[in-house]
Amino acid sequence: MSSGTGNDVLGRGLRVLGKAIRAEPRLFVVSSLGSSLFGLLIVANSYVVGFLIGHVVAPAFAAHRVSAAGLALAVAALLGISGLRVASIFARRLGAGFMQFRLQARYRRAVTRRYLSLPPEWHQRHATGSLLSNAGSDVEAAFAPIAPLPFAVGTIVMLLGAMITLFATDWVLAMVGVALFPALFALNFFYSRRMSPRQIHAQRMRAKVATVAHESFDGALVVKTMGREADESRRFAVFVTELRDALVAVGRLRGVFDPLMESLPSVGTLAVLVLGTWRLQTGAVTVSEVISVAFLFTVLAFPVRAIGWVIGELPRSVAGWDRVQAVLSAEGDLRYGEGELPGDGPAELRFDRVGYRYAGGPPVLSEVSFTVPAGRTVALVGATGSGKSTIAALALRLVDPDSGNVSLDRVKLPDLSAAALAGASALVPQIPFVFDDTVRGNVSLDRPGIGDDDVWAALRLAQAERFTGGLPERLDTAVGERGTSLSGGQRQRLTLARALAGRPRLLVLDDATSAVDPRVEAAILGALRAAGTSLLVVAYRRASIALADEVVYLHQGRVVATGTHQELMATQEGYRELVTAYEKADK
Amino acid sequence: MSDVGTFSTLRRGLALSPELRTGLAGTIALAVLQMAGRVSVPVAVQQCIDHGINGPSGPDTRIVLGYVSITLMVLAVSTFCGFLMTRRLFTVSETALGGLRSRTFRHIHDLSMLHQQSERRGSMVSRVTGDVDQISVFLQTGGVQLMLASGQLIVSSVVMFAYSWQLTLVVLLAFGPAVAVIRLFQRRLASVYRTVRERNGVLLGAVAESVVGATVIRSFGVAGRTGRRIDTAVDDLRTAQQRAMRTSVTSFSSGEIGAGLALSGVVVVGTLLGVAGDLTVGRLTAFLFLVTLFIQPVQIATEQLNEAQNAVAGWRRILDVLDVDPDVADPDDEGVELPAGPLSVRFRDVSFRYPGGPIVLSGVDLELGARRKYAVVGETGSGKTTFAKLLTRLMDPAEGTVLLSGVPLTAVRFSSLRSRVVMVPQDGFLFDATIAENIRFAEPALTDGQLREAFTELGLGDWLAGLPAGLDTPVGERGEALSVGERQLVALVRAYVADPDLLVLDEATSAVDPATEVRLQHALELVTRGRTTVAIAHRLSTAQAADEVIVVDAGRVVQRGPHSVLLTEEDSIYAKLYASWLEQTR
Ligand SMILES: Nc1ncnc2c1ncn2[C@@H]1O[C@H](COP(=O)(O)OP(=O)(O)OP(=O)(O)O)[C@@H](O)[C@H]1O
Ligand SMILES: Nc1ncnc2c1ncn2[C@@H]1O[C@H](COP(=O)(O)OP(=O)(O)OP(=O)(O)O)[C@@H](O)[C@H]1O
Ligand SMILES: [Mg+2]
Ligand SMILES: [Mg+2]
Repeated sequence: MSSGTGNDVLGRGLRVLGKAIRAEPRLFVVSSLGSSLFGLLIVANSYVVGFLIGHVVAPAFAAHRVSAAGLALAVAALLGISGLRVASIFARRLGAGFMQFRLQARYRRAVTRRYLSLPPEWHQRHATGSLLSNAGSDVEAAFAPIAPLPFAVGTIVMLLGAMITLFATDWVLAMVGVALFPALFALNFFYSRRMSPRQIHAQRMRAKVATVAHESFDGALVVKTMGREADESRRFAVFVTELRDALVAVGRLRGVFDPLMESLPSVGTLAVLVLGTWRLQTGAVTVSEVISVAFLFTVLAFPVRAIGWVIGELPRSVAGWDRVQAVLSAEGDLRYGEGELPGDGPAELRFDRVGYRYAGGPPVLSEVSFTVPAGRTVALVGATGSGKSTIAALALRLVDPDSGNVSLDRVKLPDLSAAALAGASALVPQIPFVFDDTVRGNVSLDRPGIGDDDVWAALRLAQAERFTGGLPERLDTAVGERGTSLSGGQRQRLTLARALAGRPRLLVLDDATSAVDPRVEAAILGALRAAGTSLLVVAYRRASIALADEVVYLHQGRVVATGTHQELMATQEGYRELVTAYEKADK
Repeated sequence: MSDVGTFSTLRRGLALSPELRTGLAGTIALAVLQMAGRVSVPVAVQQCIDHGINGPSGPDTRIVLGYVSITLMVLAVSTFCGFLMTRRLFTVSETALGGLRSRTFRHIHDLSMLHQQSERRGSMVSRVTGDVDQISVFLQTGGVQLMLASGQLIVSSVVMFAYSWQLTLVVLLAFGPAVAVIRLFQRRLASVYRTVRERNGVLLGAVAESVVGATVIRSFGVAGRTGRRIDTAVDDLRTAQQRAMRTSVTSFSSGEIGAGLALSGVVVVGTLLGVAGDLTVGRLTAFLFLVTLFIQPVQIATEQLNEAQNAVAGWRRILDVLDVDPDVADPDDEGVELPAGPLSVRFRDVSFRYPGGPIVLSGVDLELGARRKYAVVGETGSGKTTFAKLLTRLMDPAEGTVLLSGVPLTAVRFSSLRSRVVMVPQDGFLFDATIAENIRFAEPALTDGQLREAFTELGLGDWLAGLPAGLDTPVGERGEALSVGERQLVALVRAYVADPDLLVLDEATSAVDPATEVRLQHALELVTRGRTTVAIAHRLSTAQAADEVIVVDAGRVVQRGPHSVLLTEEDSIYAKLYASWLEQTR
């Protein structure tokens, strides 16, 4: 991540603003017009005040007589300006706010769409906490300057208006503006240049704090069972302190900038007084003109800071934008083909000399070849860490192999369309994932053609009918985030039902019945076989293995042998040891 | 939600961080000095007009220069004060809020497991991040500005009063209605900003699910559905933000109308007064300048009060957490240490129900001897994990008592309990760190050599040696760079090095291959001699190896005894379970 020099941060920040404006041109125009009107009204107001004093008040004082018409004019002018100002405030603030919120919403959608389309392998490389802050605080930071942007635009219009009136009034007094306004811009420029690295650092620390918090709350149970609350808090406090230091560093710089930014216009007012007096002496200006100009600089003080707000936010905006862009421009999407799978019977799965390694690691699978013939059951047996789950992921094309091919009904997986693939095959992962939703939502996932009857049928097949039937609101019961209100086995059955509900033509069960009683497991497998689904089952239990037509024995990422259970028992020492371990333990 | 609620939240929020008061007097003094600079300018204008420009001898540059240079000096001092003030403010507020983050974080960990689970993770995270950020924004910009604004308001009122009490009255009257409107709107604002913060939490939760469940979403091809849900959350947040904005602008513009009324009132009344001879042009002009100095802070205050609602919403969400008492609390100093040596367990008529749910454990009355090995078996959902959570005091029973070596669990100090009783939960969680760091989570002092030894003792030395980076292998987020079985191995070693006197294993080896599991079991048997072990398992091999088996069915303990004895109880649940196990595994 580059910290960038002030120059390019300013430039890049302005480009982010440009993108934002192009995305929401209407709102930008409305709010900028509102804001410009607001700015011009400020200029107008000070001239009106100067005019009223010079032409209504002073003559009245001198004449000791009030002109009702004059006063009525004054009131009408001042109230009229005030009314217009209210209108301009609505246009500016609502326009700016809506623009900001719409942009945030748009980019949040875009970022999360990327999350949904980037492959699991990408997800593994990024911490959940930092992905959360990409969609949350980074998007917010990227568009933070939008809120004061129209105000700043209006201020620039106002400054231009002020310059014109200044020159129209007196060129000497105008020189104050000529000196002052560029000074304001220069100050802003140096500020953003120095601020940029600090903001980037602060933003990074923010993400870090979110990441640590997310992980720690994720592992809250482990923290609790080991009584490590105090240590976790200490670990967190380290990052909190770093974030604090980063933010204090931001504050120190702001401490220099804000008061200077505020004092400069006052210096202008004072300069006007001195120069104005001199010009009065020479008769070049009138008293009321000097007053108007002095008044003008006083009221400028506040709006001019809007420019500072925008520029001050730019470094943070760029930092947030970069982090958002990193997601939006992330590569490595799995490209899907157009292929469809004709027919709707069981499908054949074939692995052909498949090799795979996780990023940066040693090969996990090499030369893996086997076939699950249509309608048959194949058991995948291998020790812990031998690569079974990796095979399951490859079978569903959650990842693509480094070498070799995986095909379904003889169509290579990359040639299939996403819909064809998801429709034909289903995976019950080793660790059940339950959505924060109702039982029905978890099973049907709103897939077309899955009604309540199908949900119940799937639950029945997954042996989950009894417990879901006993839930207070049956299918409408919410199961909590990641299914916290269910037992481990209940979660497993729910995910099993989810896979069954889509009537897949190929079903991959990755140790999906470990928390299910043996007899129940056999019943489930039997029913599936009867339904004619092609099955790839990761299992250890003898009965489950015995149900299989064929067993693929995997050892350290290689297929050592393929055959029936009896054949492997007879020929493979390692296989025998693995599956008969419990019997041996008895002796 | 009332006005009072807002202010009491603000008060309580501020009270949460007493550090905020550090050097407050100095900060305020600096702020006042900074403001003095602002007020000095209109005074200079008046003096210059009355004495330098409209002076007896006509425009006089010398007099004007004199006033101007004094004012310049005042400005320089006040600018410097502004610098010092901002610095102090940032240091104090960020330190205080950092403390608040840490304390909230700790409190969330101290909450009972059920409380933790009742809250979405994304939402908990936002309490220590975004919600605190809202407060910080308010304290640093809004807070100072409010402070400066009120100071400026008071000072300019006083100065205005000195110039003309009549005109001051006019100004105050003009702002009367605006103040009433603003007060009225605070209430609305409080609720709309609260909605904004809440929806922010919901959004983070939805995004988190799409990230954590990415594989499932992909394999079922339901990205569209998840996307739509996120969209709903995004749009809900946006609508809430827009509503908050509308309310806030409406409230803000009432101040603007007040300003218009004040200015025109001053011109009219000022002219009348001037005509009567009570006012000079210079004084009226200065007064008009002062009115703008009065209007500005009113506008800023309105604006910042709106921002304050955002901060109040943040504070409220933090208070919502801090106000939850950890109901499974550490007795701390009032607690006792567990007696030394192996622990025995006694469940005395224990029943349990999850909040709002049916009874899941009832009438559990059990005694487990010290140094013995127990296996808990039963169907899915029968209550085994619930039993383990009560045993390790992750939850307290609804009725009855759990005692360890005769001491009621509720009386045991956590420092003693958590070091002597360790559970390996059903879904073993690993931190995104190396294997070594994950194991040191339990015992930070262990050397690499001791870690390796622990693996070897559990028969996992070969597995560790086979890893490319050995102990330094990163396990990935939640352990995802390891296979599920490997994760369980690491979680087990982690519990083992904690060296507890009561070890509770909840399906701790459910994903480990049979050969490794059997080896582990033998190893554990050797090394766990002398400690009490309670293992929950679906694989009855664990039950066979235990001294005694406890059979749970539908929330009740229906059988207990050694494996061999239970087998002989014909037609019993255990006999059936075991028959099925044999049938399936042989
Ligand atoms: N946090 C919770 N809130 C509400 N109900 C819960 C909660 N946790 C578990 N339950 C319910 O309590 C019952 C017992 O659950 P428990 O987790 O103790 O079962 P178990 O015997 O461990 O099952 P398994 O073998 O599947 O792990 C189940 O019906 C479950 O749905
Ligand atoms: N994301 C990953 N990054 C790096 N290495 C990984 C990753 N996932 C798995 N591995 C490694 O790849 C190997 C195979 O893992 P896999 O999950 O396929 O094993 P498995 O056969 O399913 O094991 P188990 O029976 O424990 O579930 C293991 O050595 C594991 O450490
Ligand atoms: Mg696996
Ligand atoms: Mg359980």
